[in-house]
Amino acid sequence: MMDSWWLFALTCLGLGAITLFTRAFFMLPEREVPMPHWLKRGLKYAPLAALAAVIAPELVITQGALIQTLLDARLPAVACASAYYFWRRGILGTIVVGMAVYLPLHIGLGW
Amino acid sequence: MSQLPESGSELGIVTRRALGIAREPGFRQGMQDMSGVSLGIAAWALVTGVAMVKSGMTVSMALLMSFAVYAGSAQLAVLPLMIAGAPLWVVWFTAICVNLRFVILSSMWRVYFAHLARRHRLALSYFSGDVIFVAFLKRYPDGQRSPEQLSYFWGAASTNWLVWQGFSVAGIFLADQVPLSWGLGFAGVLALLGVLYSMLTDRTTWAATGVAAAVAVAAFALPLKLNILAAIAASVAVGLMMENTERRLREWRAGPATLRAPDPERGERHPVLPLDEEERP
Repeated sequence: MMDSWWLFALTCLGLGAITLFTRAFFMLPEREVPMPHWLKRGLKYAPLAALAAVIAPELVITQGALIQTLLDARLPAVACASAYYFWRRGILGTIVVGMAVYLPLHIGLGW
Repeated sequence: MSQLPESGSELGIVTRRALGIAREPGFRQGMQDMSGVSLGIAAWALVTGVAMVKSGMTVSMALLMSFAVYAGSAQLAVLPLMIAGAPLWVVWFTAICVNLRFVILSSMWRVYFAHLARRHRLALSYFSGDVIFVAFLKRYPDGQRSPEQLSYFWGAASTNWLVWQGFSVAGIFLADQVPLSWGLGFAGVLALLGVLYSMLTDRTTWAATGVAAAVAVAAFALPLKLNILAAIAASVAVGLMMENTERRLREWRAGPATLRAPDPERGERHPVLPLDEEERP
């Protein structure tokens, strides 16, 4: 796919169209699209479920398998970042604290 | 205002509308609310840019992908497929699966922006990533429309776009200087984690999140990133079940409804049997 520029461009334009189409799905029609009541209430959980589903594997999976060791820099980093978040409720500080724990362990000790 | 395009032309109208929106106070508020997560978005974009070039794309290819696709999670999901030379439909289908959450979010955007022209709604949708959604819903949680929401959205969305594209392009050009082994992408995960925490307000949201995380890990081996969809389905089901159970429990604790005296201010003339739980003792 990387060999042919035109095939690659077609792929990317298609992907861009998918971005637009999925993000605009319910915004496209002029009239309200009727939705069942349970779906409307379920919408409250869908975004946080999507986020949790994206994050969780990033924290405990390495090369397609669940990690078998506690010597992984991500675990203490997430613990400290979470502790900071619930103490101060700031996202910027959460990132800074997490990376301050993660980088030395990951680069220095190779965890 | 002499540099502006002609007042009657299409472009002139759009430009003046955009400048008007950018001058409203909501715009600045939107930019401010995004500044906290921007560090995470920046690191994530940088790593995405580096990863694209390291996977064998030329600079022009990587730039095209960054500007056309503009969806970080989908880009990272399809990259391994493109390197492996997967068929076009597999690449597109995977992107649709990863992006399905936006379909769900789009119905929430409709609540706030259905009154705009379709062209404006489309433009707005293209820029409506997850992080903007969370910031917006945190500021306007009750589903009531108000005039400053539009400028707030564009303030947040333009900040997000600038930070993402700026650092993605930096990653594309500095690909050889930034080794992926440093793990800078972890900052993006931490940013999303902070966003997620800010959405956890009660027992049901915590439970729904726990279920989603467990299912996403347990079903990780599914192809096409279907573990994300499985996690969303399971989590919504558990959330709704818990809501129902809690409501039943409250009703049961409140005991049977009893008659109360009529309230003339509400136009009631006879004793009332309150059936919704707020009115029960």
